Amino acid sequence: MEFGVMMGILLGGLQLTVAIFFITLIGALPLGVVVALARMSRFKPLSLVARFYISILRGTPLMLQLMAIMFGPYYLFGLEMGADWKFGACAIGFILNYAAYFAEIYRSGIQSIPRGQYEAASVLGYTKAQTFMKIVLPQVIKRILPAMGNEIITLVKDTSLAFVLGIMEMFNAAKALAAREVSMVPYAIAALIYWVFCLLIEFVMNKVEKKLDYYHD
Amino acid sequence: MTDAVVSLESGKKSFGSNQVLKDISLTVNKGDVLAIIGPSGGGKSTLLRCMTLLETLDGGSLAYGDLAVATDAGGRAVYGGKQVLAKAKERFGLVFQNFNLFPHYTVMKNITDPLICVQKMPKEQAEARAVELLAKMGLSGKEAMVPCELSGGQQQRVAIARALAMNPDVLFFDEPTSALDPELTREVLKVIRDLASEHMTMVIVTHEMSFARDVADRIIFMDGGVIVEEGPAEQLINNPQHNRTKAFLSNYANN
Repeated sequence: MEFGVMMGILLGGLQLTVAIFFITLIGALPLGVVVALARMSRFKPLSLVARFYISILRGTPLMLQLMAIMFGPYYLFGLEMGADWKFGACAIGFILNYAAYFAEIYRSGIQSIPRGQYEAASVLGYTKAQTFMKIVLPQVIKRILPAMGNEIITLVKDTSLAFVLGIMEMFNAAKALAAREVSMVPYAIAALIYWVFCLLIEFVMNKVEKKLDYYHD
Repeated sequence: MTDAVVSLESGKKSFGSNQVLKDISLTVNKGDVLAIIGPSGGGKSTLLRCMTLLETLDGGSLAYGDLAVATDAGGRAVYGGKQVLAKAKERFGLVFQNFNLFPHYTVMKNITDPLICVQKMPKEQAEARAVELLAKMGLSGKEAMVPCELSGGQQQRVAIARALAMNPDVLFFDEPTSALDPELTREVLKVIRDLASEHMTMVIVTHEMSFARDVADRIIFMDGGVIVEEGPAEQLINNPQHNRTKAFLSNYANN
């Protein structure tokens, strides 16, 4: 097979990889805030539910979670989900899983903000919501950037797990090519593309860190 | 009593089984400069934190002028609603021991953001007030800097400017110089002295005895959760009546 054709197939898969990546971020970044706040809630039942959620999603393989969401509706409720359900299951699985990890990173950041910041805001008359949005969150973002960079780079490579649902993302495309061509070259090219993707993320994260480097505390 | 800016009646506060405030009553009138001295763990900071709503009283009542913040109901302090607390917070300011400036905001924004965000003041007006106050604190030209670029003394003066900008009826200081070396302490104390000479109403928890004597009208000596002795500044420092006060002040004999 011509190299150009092979690249075309892999880049076609990359589109799905990128889609899974961004859909996961769009869903999990805000959902993580909700889970983190629930986890830190003084209302015990809510905090326990959040702990349980985090424990399950971090404590079982993402691959199994994807399969459970894919096949759960049929085996548990007898629901026929149709051919496109695999994309829905994939998005839900990734978002739920990454929200658990993000929540713990957010929590570490939120709990690292000194009490004095809350007290100063309280005395000045900021409401709880204003304190969180204007005083706490911007400082949390700076503090959690390195940990978030780690997690986001892991996500790039985790997208390959979508192959278990039969989604033709880049890893699955490489696997199919390798089988047909009896060659490891498609895997090597895929690895290179994953790496370039991660380089881009490193570059962006560095930019953001530099931008927030104007202060320290 | 019409001049009372803030008054606390029979304030009580415990942490677990440890009663930190035992029936404290305190009234600060307009223009008063009150210093609170005493050993660590004597309840000074807790008193200040209760008066600035960072802690809630177990018992007693607290009022800012005509605004009842907490009322005594059968020995228990019952607090007003959110709006009452918000209104009370407009009437006092607090300067912390470790400044607690917002590190991600510039000096200017540290002062203007509460004005804009809480008091809904137009931005231009808030900035004009900040520039004026920074000049008064000797910090002109530092507007665009962030707190980590300033010395501790400068940060504390920004914190004072931030509190003053809100135009409070009374300004509380919780050991404002305890985190500073003697030189930086002096520049902060000078600012507080200037405020005293303008008859700003202030309550200052401090370990600087000579400063307390010079700047305060009245001094309270607190220990073991009670006011042991209270009197005119000069008299309490130079001629204390209680043995406990004498013993405490003898530690500062060289001051």
